[in-house]
Amino acid sequence: MTDAALPHAAVDTAAPAKRDFGLKRRHAAEFRFRLYGIVAIVIGLGFLAILLVSIVSKGYTAFVQTSITVPVEFSASIIDKDNERATNPRVLVSANYPIVARNAVAKALGVSIDDKAAMRDIAKFVSDGSRSTLREIVLADPSVIGTTRNVTLLAAADIDSANKGQIDLTVPQDKRKVSDQQVAWLDQLKQQGAISTPFNWGLLTFGASSRPETAGLGVALVGSLYMMAIVLLCALPIGVAASIYLEEFAKKNRFTDFIEVNINNLAAVPSIVYGLLGLAVFINFFGMPRSAPIVGGLVLTLMTLPTIIIATRAALRAVPPSIRSAALGIGASRMQMVFDHVLPLATPGILTGTIIGLARALGETAPLLLIGMVAFVADRPTSPLDPATALPVQIYMWANEAERAFVERTQGAVLVLLIFLALMNIAAILLRRRFERRW
Amino acid sequence: MSLESAATTAAPVARPNAPPKMQGDKVGVFYGEKQALFDVDLKIEQFNVTSLIGPSGCGKSTFLRSLNRMNDTIDGCRVVGKITLDKDDIYDPSIDVVELRARVGMVFQKPNPFPKSIYENVAYGPKIHGIARNKADLDEIVHSSLRRAGLWNEVKDRLNEPGTGLSGGQQQRLCIARAIATKPEVLLMDEPCSALDPIATAVIEELIDELRENFTIVIVTHSMQQAARVSQKTAFFHLGKLIEEGKTEDIFTNPRNKQTQDYITGRIG
Repeated sequence: MTDAALPHAAVDTAAPAKRDFGLKRRHAAEFRFRLYGIVAIVIGLGFLAILLVSIVSKGYTAFVQTSITVPVEFSASIIDKDNERATNPRVLVSANYPIVARNAVAKALGVSIDDKAAMRDIAKFVSDGSRSTLREIVLADPSVIGTTRNVTLLAAADIDSANKGQIDLTVPQDKRKVSDQQVAWLDQLKQQGAISTPFNWGLLTFGASSRPETAGLGVALVGSLYMMAIVLLCALPIGVAASIYLEEFAKKNRFTDFIEVNINNLAAVPSIVYGLLGLAVFINFFGMPRSAPIVGGLVLTLMTLPTIIIATRAALRAVPPSIRSAALGIGASRMQMVFDHVLPLATPGILTGTIIGLARALGETAPLLLIGMVAFVADRPTSPLDPATALPVQIYMWANEAERAFVERTQGAVLVLLIFLALMNIAAILLRRRFERRW
Repeated sequence: MSLESAATTAAPVARPNAPPKMQGDKVGVFYGEKQALFDVDLKIEQFNVTSLIGPSGCGKSTFLRSLNRMNDTIDGCRVVGKITLDKDDIYDPSIDVVELRARVGMVFQKPNPFPKSIYENVAYGPKIHGIARNKADLDEIVHSSLRRAGLWNEVKDRLNEPGTGLSGGQQQRLCIARAIATKPEVLLMDEPCSALDPIATAVIEELIDELRENFTIVIVTHSMQQAARVSQKTAFFHLGKLIEEGKTEDIFTNPRNKQTQDYITGRIG
């Protein structure tokens, strides 16, 4: 009651009563929200870091390969004992080069070539891939027969692993793949300076092989390259044309709504279903070759189309309508409006969507398994019709191998794939910047 | 203001017996089921400025956009009645909308230059319509259009800079230059000054008065002062109907209709 009796003047001059805006509560809520965000980002980055560290630490050794450089005697008595190479060049192809390589290593180690047990160990010391190394040298220049020259041979995968310190030597000899004798030879050759670890170009050039040291991504890289080219050539024009038609020309009615819904549905279809479709349509119905990048490329095109169409339509829709009115208002036809004004403005968005679609296609495995691209292909394909594999499929196949050397190669292949994906994403960013900066 | 007096004292140039440049005859516009415009009969005299006034949503912009069939771009929009340009029915199937829009140009409410160079902006229309025979011709059209839009002195040294880098008023004059570069016969302006400051507005109004010598102009405006300053004829729309039309000074000084009087005196709208 006394409050109400206060004169008005007193109320006016007094400082206004402090009102409760709930500021403390609101600030606390905001602080908590920010904290959640930071925690989420830290967790995300943490997992990414763990992933990268694990891949890089397991995979970087795949990029070097233990090699043995020894003087090799191209003995005529082994390569061409009947001296018939002038009349029958086939002997140079089918000669017993592994013996040549073993003898060379035995000589460097001071082991008698008559010691059968030691020679068996040496046979497991040098890669069988030395066969093709030596054969290529001889076929390129047959005059090398009868002479001796220094040749760098690949070490066998187990020796490579031992040299990289990946084999636990404390384990009893009969329970590991490398004998004490072989380890001693490795040290001996190291002291002679015969062991080197050059960059493993073979990882990027060799085809499939059951020997890890001669297995590479060559076929997979070429296969993936062909498929990306096919996806780009097919999906971009079809996707952009479809989007332009739907967005700029088609009347909005039930039918276009139906198409729109279905495009969005297609984008969510599991990729393995596209693989089945490719198997049924391209291989069984059209009779295209199995395991071929052309089929893989077409399947991935189908899979990428919805992504490109959705991205392109979003990019077209983002072009302000005033630009369209301006063009139509001075009498441009719809096509002139689209190609002179709308499309240039939508290009950055279209390119970004396309590259992201391509990147997804590059990493896609499941549909390729169904069309037979999971295959043992040793020779690089010369056209998209030849059998090939793809990067992710090669990773899948290597991951199933037992040898220690395939573990590092699997991780190395993952690194190669990640590098390609990163390059594509960087390309997307650069292209977007380049086109956006025009005005 | 000299501007105002110049406009209002200028006698209408229309030859009294000349046929109207454009004529609407019982024009109605539907957006889907909803009718937005009812039975509009309006004559647009040649070399006159006709202003369409009325409260928001009264159908004046709808009528303007049906004069060059910009309404065609809206899904579900339907025009009934007859609109003629030099006695040709512009909704006749034999009329190509591209040709119609080359003859009836348009300037929009919000300046909308293309994100290209100033030169490209003006040159685009003549290029697609094949008006210029060669580069020198095109240069001449671009230069004269910019001059007539009163923009030449401000942009002559930077024709290759983006049109979007100009100020709002300059952009709108660029849009006018772009519209007149295709040498239209009629120029439609949909609230061309609503996004501009008073100084830019004054420049545009002066420009409209000059353009009247060569073009027939129809302007939609929310500003009754502007209608009074620039136009010779005024049409008042309300709720989709044409309430009153006539000489601008008659409409503003001596409206016959009660609704018109209420609107111009600020009682409705």
